[in-house]
Amino acid sequence: MKILVCISSVPDTTTKISFVNDNKEFNSAGVQFIINPYDEFGLTKALKIKEQLGGTVTVIHVGPASNEPIIRKALAIGADSAVRIDGEAVDGLMVAHEIANYVKNNPFDLIFTGRESIDYNGGIMPHALSAILNIPAVSPCVGLEISGSEAHLETFVDGGKEKLKTALPVIVGSQKGLVEESDLIIPNMRGIMLSRTKPLEVFTVQNSVNNQKVAQYELPPAKKACKMIDAGNVEELVSLLQNEAKVI
Amino acid sequence: MAVVAYIEINDGIIKKGSLEAASFAAKLAQEKGIKAVAVVVGKGGDTSILGKYGIAEALHYNVEDTQINSLSVAQILHAEAQSLGATDTVFSGSWIAKAAAASLAVHAQMGIVTEVTELPKNGTILKKAFSNKAFVKVELQNPKNCYVISANSFGLHENQVNISVQEKNYSTSSVLSHVSFNKDTSKVSLTDAELVVSAGRGLKAPENWHLVEELAKVLGAGTACSKPVSDAGWRPHHEHVGQTGISISPNLYIAIGISGAIQHLAGVSSSKNIVAINSDPEAPFFKAADYGIVGDAFDILPKLTEALRKAKA
Repeated sequence: MKILVCISSVPDTTTKISFVNDNKEFNSAGVQFIINPYDEFGLTKALKIKEQLGGTVTVIHVGPASNEPIIRKALAIGADSAVRIDGEAVDGLMVAHEIANYVKNNPFDLIFTGRESIDYNGGIMPHALSAILNIPAVSPCVGLEISGSEAHLETFVDGGKEKLKTALPVIVGSQKGLVEESDLIIPNMRGIMLSRTKPLEVFTVQNSVNNQKVAQYELPPAKKACKMIDAGNVEELVSLLQNEAKVI
Repeated sequence: MAVVAYIEINDGIIKKGSLEAASFAAKLAQEKGIKAVAVVVGKGGDTSILGKYGIAEALHYNVEDTQINSLSVAQILHAEAQSLGATDTVFSGSWIAKAAAASLAVHAQMGIVTEVTELPKNGTILKKAFSNKAFVKVELQNPKNCYVISANSFGLHENQVNISVQEKNYSTSSVLSHVSFNKDTSKVSLTDAELVVSAGRGLKAPENWHLVEELAKVLGAGTACSKPVSDAGWRPHHEHVGQTGISISPNLYIAIGISGAIQHLAGVSSSKNIVAINSDPEAPFFKAADYGIVGDAFDILPKLTEALRKAKA
């Protein structure tokens, strides 16, 4: 089983977001960058499948050399090799095209992505990749089993879940449920040492699509002070919701 | 030329997110002086309701729920976008809609912008970023674009027009095959819910959730939970709201026994009104809330449910 895991570099979930350069740039000073949490569920599932069925796990990342720590972390967690496309990840459409260029020359049986990245939350990358490569995508995916050359997958639909099946290859938009939080692997010293010698190939970015350009960021307006209500007077809350907020 | 809106029918109903897409498409078409056409996919449903939101023309693909998936919807939309000469295509933020938008952008070489909150203006458009922690204005680089709307941010805009509905046929050729559904359609869908009642570890144990459900029932609200609660298996994953769960923007969000960690707030901070109920007066949620009560949830919830029942009677 040849498995590819697409990973994105995102600000840690606890990051307080701010901007610099007249609000034209994200302020990365002091920000810890991590593997996008959704991608990490995919990486963990990929390693589990490798354990069961054998094969290789390759991670791919579109980003500059300064993002290599997250690639090394993925290798320390257990991926066998890595590919970096050297360029800024502009948006999901651009990243999908860059990764597709690599996959066209290096086919895989299973491709994991996150269901979305936690910085821009588009959720379109797995489906754009699917359209470019003409490989079906299931995202968000909360269950995956491989039997022979078939994949059985579970996704969310309105009001619940749907089970689907398809022949490999398939693209899986990962999230919790595919594996559990407790399955995530913290790299040990041996893994970290090994990660330094595992192969990391670098390719030049193609930049074949031009979709959108950031003009300016803004922060949401500040909240007004919270109106405190006495615990013994829930009727007041009901009245405020009816007459002031007018939501019930 | 046309502005196209993708409209979903689930279990015979056109969901609010789709009506929002219809409103967006109708307004954009009006500004551009071209027509807005709804491409409706799903079984049954009252397609004529789209006329209320300014859609004068609808194409209805009466497709069974089992045949609807990211690939089949993308095929239908691509074919229609081509034959209608779509300049802009508008989608709700549902999973199927996002999938279809991405696929259309690739096949029709259109641009795509997600998490959109407003109509495009002079070649730029405003969208959410960093899981609701910020907004970003982007310059569109492609003359034709797909817009995926962030749920409940554009809103519904009524503008009644006469609508003509044309029934269309679709024969599936998707390589994704349906196996089974596991759905509970009796509950309010979280992303569509106008009101949401949510609870965290402050409720102490899963068997106490009846207090949340009773409150939600009186309000006709959806139920949600925090990450630790879903991680502990007290509630299903799909109820987890927050940065790594789902993001919601209801008109009212009631948070019970949730401290208000930055990751949780990211998923709910764009709610129009927030009520926080917490025993800790220092809980960060009170800084993000409009209304707050400091106290014991086990004492407050039954009283609040009763007071709401009386008020609604």
